[in-house]
Amino acid sequence: MAAPTMDRTAAGAPAAVQTLTIAKALNNGLRAAMEADPKVVVMGEDVGKLGGVFRITDGLQKDFGEQRVLDTPLAESGIIGTAVGLAIRGYRPVCEIQFDGFVFPGFDQIVSQVAKLHYRTQGRIKLPMVIRIPFGGGIGAVEHHSESPESYFAHTAGLKVVACSNPADAYWMIQQAIDCDDPVLFFEPKRRYYEKGQVDTTAAPGPLFGSRVLRTGTDVTLVTYGPMVRTSLDAAAAAEEEGRSLEVVDLRSLSPLDLAPVYESVRRTGRLVVVTEAPGESSISSEIAAKVQQECFYSLQAPVLRVTGFDTPYPPSKLEEEFLPDLDRVLHAVDRSLAW
Amino acid sequence: MSSPEEWTHPGPGAPPATGAAPTAEQVIAGLRATDEGGADLVQLLTPEGERVQHPDFDIDVTAEELRGLYRDMVLVRRVDREANALQRKGQLGIWVPLLGQEAAQIGSGRALRPTDMAFPSYREHGVAWCRGIKPTDLLGIFRGTDHGTWDPVEHRFHPYTIVIGNQVLNAAGYAMGQKFDGAVGDADGEATICYFGDGATSQGDVHEGFVWAAVYDAPLVFFCQNNQWAISEPTERQSRLPLYQRARGYGFPGIRVDGNDVLATLAVTRWALEECRQGNGPVLIEAFTYRMDAHTTSDDPSRYRLSDELELWKLKDPIERVKVHLVKQQWADQGFFDSIEEEAERVAVELRDYCVNLPDPPAGRIFSEVYAEGNPVLEAQRDEFLAYHAGFAGGDH
Ligand SMILES: Cc1ncc(C[n+]2csc(CCOP(=O)(O)OP(=O)(O)O)c2C)c(N)n1
Repeated sequence: MAAPTMDRTAAGAPAAVQTLTIAKALNNGLRAAMEADPKVVVMGEDVGKLGGVFRITDGLQKDFGEQRVLDTPLAESGIIGTAVGLAIRGYRPVCEIQFDGFVFPGFDQIVSQVAKLHYRTQGRIKLPMVIRIPFGGGIGAVEHHSESPESYFAHTAGLKVVACSNPADAYWMIQQAIDCDDPVLFFEPKRRYYEKGQVDTTAAPGPLFGSRVLRTGTDVTLVTYGPMVRTSLDAAAAAEEEGRSLEVVDLRSLSPLDLAPVYESVRRTGRLVVVTEAPGESSISSEIAAKVQQECFYSLQAPVLRVTGFDTPYPPSKLEEEFLPDLDRVLHAVDRSLAW
Repeated sequence: MSSPEEWTHPGPGAPPATGAAPTAEQVIAGLRATDEGGADLVQLLTPEGERVQHPDFDIDVTAEELRGLYRDMVLVRRVDREANALQRKGQLGIWVPLLGQEAAQIGSGRALRPTDMAFPSYREHGVAWCRGIKPTDLLGIFRGTDHGTWDPVEHRFHPYTIVIGNQVLNAAGYAMGQKFDGAVGDADGEATICYFGDGATSQGDVHEGFVWAAVYDAPLVFFCQNNQWAISEPTERQSRLPLYQRARGYGFPGIRVDGNDVLATLAVTRWALEECRQGNGPVLIEAFTYRMDAHTTSDDPSRYRLSDELELWKLKDPIERVKVHLVKQQWADQGFFDSIEEEAERVAVELRDYCVNLPDPPAGRIFSEVYAEGNPVLEAQRDEFLAYHAGFAGGDH
């Protein structure tokens, strides 16, 4: 894998460490990428003057102009399909999909063209494009605004799929995704957009497609990504008060999956709980459970358990607290695992 | 064809039309208009080989140029017939015939400059020829040895696109890139051409491509080959309005050209590309033509098409009319026609030999070039597969 060029810092940010929200970290990351490479263009509905419905692209059009931050017509297939053409022409488009539930009109372009052109042309066409998708629930929205469609894309060869969970990753991962010569589906945990964290804009991060152990522990491994990372860390902190030591792994990359740290962790703890918001059926959580039992069969002291959204459409928002895994559901699964 | 204003047709369920408003039957009759393609049809060479003038699109072609266009069409037809036969002999899994569409493809393809970019559908073997792609390079897709072997960057000819309409958006994006690069605005400008069928015009992607190209003034020529059928669905199952008139709704010109007339197609496409080069934005060309063979070798047109229709269109054969004209003008003699036939035969033999000798790809091809920057999970899967493969005696299963 080519090492990404990481000799950039956020504009006007001499200070190496800043406290930023995920939203602002993404904004700074996009800005840094656009400054580093004039071929990077941001495109989507309302991304220009408005700065996107979540303001992630705030101020970019003002500074980079309408040709680099394109307020597009309202059609997702159009956004993604034209980004393909721009990428063939030598641009590095970053598409914003307004909400997770609206990626489906663009699904055809993603799986039929974006994922396959490199393969079909034996590598003659590269599609260095990023599709940003705010995903997941917990914001009290109407239907189609709270979905977790990542497994559809992880299931498709030719795409890379990542999810950030904190400001530092948001800042660096968006730049690494833009640097990547493969198409990357970039999932942003929308309910965490305004959570703050420290971002070191000089210390280059680890590889984009690698998972990371965020908290070490000895009793049970929790593996998770995106919005559920915070929930899992909170659960680990709560468990500690009860004298239980949980290890938390943030996958960061959903395709390819970097499960080596998970295997290593499970070999030590003997127990795994996978935590996702997405429904569990035929999903990334299924994949992890399958692979871990295959690789760590003799180390496991309990079956791999999963805490996921239910296999239902996303419910009306008054019920989303029931639907979304929370600290208690995670701890309950930990109890079950330990009781084995 | 009546002017667009007259196409204000009452919606479904409206009372029967009276007075000037056309009935649904009249609309459909006008739409198909297979006799002439309507009054707005641009034509420079009649089916009888007569050169006619057009106030807006007349061009001068030399005898040599016309002989060249004739040669292109004959060779491409020969390639098409040979590939069709190869499928019948089991050498190709499927073939997508272009019979009848040679003028639409050669006329438009020869209007392109090397710096222009073309996005085909899956039937554009004639355009591929104009882009310098060897006919043998088309075979991998249909024999199942590859998904296309030409270099789309070198030839500026995108891979064939099977999903109907997808390429129209990809072309719109590429053309936007040409615009952003400042590659348009004068006579040296670049342009993009995008091919699709009449059926494709029903797809959302084609509509979106029209929208995008229009609002970004992209230098994009939409080249719709209306060959009257989308497998078994006739054009009136796609549209109430003649297709070229749809452009009006998007705010750019739409022109219907006789797609069986290579001169008219060349002239109209040249003009449209020039509009794009100069920065005047997109143009829709509807090449009114007919696919004289099945949709693909898997199709059975006898189930839905009347033989009368085919007979009618045979009279408008795109190659015959050029031949007649060449003879009438004394621009070609029998020796010329014979030499083209001989050349066509050589191309066919080459195609046949290449096809039957085309080796199956190595098993590792399954895994090659899925990603530009690799994927360790997939690489592990490949290694496991190759090791398993190597375990067989002979090692080449
Ligand atoms: C999205 C999609 N739906 C269906 C098909 C199957 N299909 C292949 S060709 C075709 C008809 C296309 O007709 P038209 O656009 O008029 O082009 P033509 O083949 O006549 O040139 C259909 C339905 C497809 N390839 N893609």
